[in-house]
Parts: sequence; C-alpha cells; structure tokens
Amino acid sequence: MNINMTIIGQIIAMIVFVAFCMKYIWPPIITALDERRAKIAEGLAATDEAAKALELANVEATSITDNARGQASEIIEAGNQRGIQILSQAKDEAVAERERQVTAADAEIQQSANHARETLRQSVATLAVLGAEKLIKKEIDPKTHEQLLEKLIAEI
Amino acid sequence: MASENGTLTSGEYIRHHLTNLTYGQNPDGSWSFAENAEQATAMGFWAINVDTMFWSFFLGIVFCWLFRRVAKKAEAGVPSRGVAAIEFIVEFVDTSVRETFHGTSKLIAPLALTLFVWILLMNTMDLIPVDIIPSLGMLMGIEFQKVVPTTDVNATMGMALAVFILIIFFSIKIKGVGGFMGELTGQPFAADKLVWKIIFAPINLVLELVGLIAKPVSLGLRLFGNLYAGELIFILIAMLGLYQLPLHFGWAVFHLLIVLLQAYIFMMLTIVYLSMAHEKH
Repeated sequence: MNINMTIIGQIIAMIVFVAFCMKYIWPPIITALDERRAKIAEGLAATDEAAKALELANVEATSITDNARGQASEIIEAGNQRGIQILSQAKDEAVAERERQVTAADAEIQQSANHARETLRQSVATLAVLGAEKLIKKEIDPKTHEQLLEKLIAEI
Repeated sequence: MASENGTLTSGEYIRHHLTNLTYGQNPDGSWSFAENAEQATAMGFWAINVDTMFWSFFLGIVFCWLFRRVAKKAEAGVPSRGVAAIEFIVEFVDTSVRETFHGTSKLIAPLALTLFVWILLMNTMDLIPVDIIPSLGMLMGIEFQKVVPTTDVNATMGMALAVFILIIFFSIKIKGVGGFMGELTGQPFAADKLVWKIIFAPINLVLELVGLIAKPVSLGLRLFGNLYAGELIFILIAMLGLYQLPLHFGWAVFHLLIVLLQAYIFMMLTIVYLSMAHEKH
C-alpha cells in the first residue's frame, strides 16, 4: 500500500481510455440518440397532424353527405310535384278532348240527321208529286189536287 | 506467501491477499518482483503494481470494446436489446452531466462515462470470490495478486489526480491565471478596502488551498476506502470455513450497492468539481 509509479500508470491508462471514449464512443452514440429523439418527435408530430386531418376530413365528409341528402330529398320532392302536375294536366287535357270530341260527334250526328230529314222530305215531295202526276193523268181537277198536295206536303 | 511449514496463519492469509504484485527497483539497484510487503515498501516510488495495472487496463479495454461495438452499430432506427442497454448507460451519464454541468465541454461527458463504467467494472471484480484468481496465479507461479484495482490506493489516487489536473486546467482556462488566483485569495473573507484585501489574502489562500487539495484526496480515498474495506470483509468471511457461504452471499448483496454507488459518486463528484471549475464568481 505504497504510493509508487502505478499512480502515473493509472493516469496514463485513464487518459488513453478517456481519449478513446471521446473520439470513438461518445460522439456516434450521442448522435444516434439525438437523431432517434428527433425522429420520434417528428413521428409524434406527424401522428398529431394526421389525427387533426382525419377529424377535418370527417367533418367535411359529414357536411357533404348532409348536403347531398338534402339535395336528394329536394329533387325527389320536385319530381313528385312535377309528376302530380303532369298527371293532373293530362287528366284535364283528356277531359277537354273527350268533351270536344263528344261535342263534335253530336254536331255531326245532328247535321246528318238534318240532312237525312231534308233528303227524306225532298224524296217524299218528289214521290208525292209523282203520285200526284199519276193521279192527274187519270185526272180530275188539277187545282183542287194541288191544294190537296200542298196540304199534304206541309203535313210531312 | 506460503510460510515455512506450508500453513498460513490468518494474519498471513490476510496480508497475502492485501499485497500487490510489485515490480520495482530494490534499494541495492537491482530490478525484481517484490517477494513480500516489506520489500515492496523498500522499493519506494520506483516500483509498479503489475496486478493493478494489468486488471485496470484489461477492464478499460473491456469498456472500450463493449461500447465501441455499440457505437459502430448505433443508428437512429430501432435498437437491439444489447445496444439499448449500453445506450441506457450513455443516456444516464448524459442526463447526469446535463443536470449538473451547464457549460459546453466536449470532454466532460465522455470523461464521466469512462470513469463511471471503468470504475464500475473495477469494483465489480470484488464480487469474484477472493481466492479464485490469486489461487490460479499461484498455480502459474505468480506470488501475489490483487484483482480489484480500486483497492489499490495508487489506482484511485491516480484517477483523482487526473481529475485534479483537469480542475486546475479548466479553472485557469476559463478564468485565467489572475481570475483563478483571485478566487483563491478573495474568498471566503472578502473586503472592499485594499488594505484588508492584502491582510485577508494569505488567510484565504490557505483556506482555499486546503479546500482545493481536499477535493482529489477525498475523491480518491473515498473510493479506495470503501472498496478496500469491502475486500477486507470478504477476506475475513473467507476464513470462516463452511459458514462463509451465506455470509459471502449477504455481504455480496450489500457490496453490490457499494460497487454501483461508489462508481456513481466518483463520476458525479468529478462532474461537480469540473463544473465548479467552469463557474466564474
């Protein structure tokens, strides 16, 4: 337990190891640790950002869906209205058409009937004249007969 | 150290375990290994404790190899378990340094790491059963073998002295010679008038020098004393025959604490002393 040269040897050994540590051990390990710390911080920040972006996207998606839903119901509503409108218009038109056709048919019928009646009247008159002529040929007084005929025609 | 009849008294056994393998110059001028403690003492300063040097150097190499392997592999990616364990130690030392030392110095952190791990490894040698390595040494013809370098006052004082040199170096580098001298003579008794300053200066110088020198002495002797006492108790327990087994275990558990704590204290005090050297008053 005496102080001797070992003390100097120990100092030299210490200098050697500290120098080695200073040059080859400490810098690479500390650099790696710092880099890793920076990387982790970066990753955490990115995660936060991504979470925020997701939240924003969710909000946006909800608003878009709501919008779309509103628009869809509006469109359906308008479609329904339009359908009802078209239907009632068609009904109105159909009714009007029917009426018009009925009226036209009535008029035609009336006209045909009048025409037939007129024709008939003419024919009867002719027939009467013919009959009268035949009677006249056999003869009596034409004047009296004419009177009679006229009376007959009027009656028809 | 075998006695004449081949048996050892307990005193001889203890003394044998506490003697370094010393190589040095005998008083008559010849160089040889000391055959006993008296001869080693007679060698004076020009002797070297071969076992202390061997084990401390060997453990320093272990430290360098272990940490260099990790330093080569270190990258920002996911570390393996072994790398993470070493990085944990580095991070621990780095935190300790940052908390205590606020200046910028490229030396202090690696110095603290080296001292911590190196001293830890040297202290851990104490947990190897006391007779194993010396017995192997005896088989190979080596008479003395102290395997725990930190139980040699030369080793601990050597490190403390290196720290002391750094304290002086940084004090002068940061404050300049004048600043350093001013610090040594201007405290703890301060005065405004020049006359009083001159009167106080020698008193202050003595007080501050005592404080300054106490730093390395306490640093080295604290480590040495703790480990030496621990080693001594291991040796005493080893002489108890069969009862030594549970006692060895119990003391080893306590000693684990001392091993770690003394390495930590040495590192921490080194940082504190050097940060004090960096501070301007």
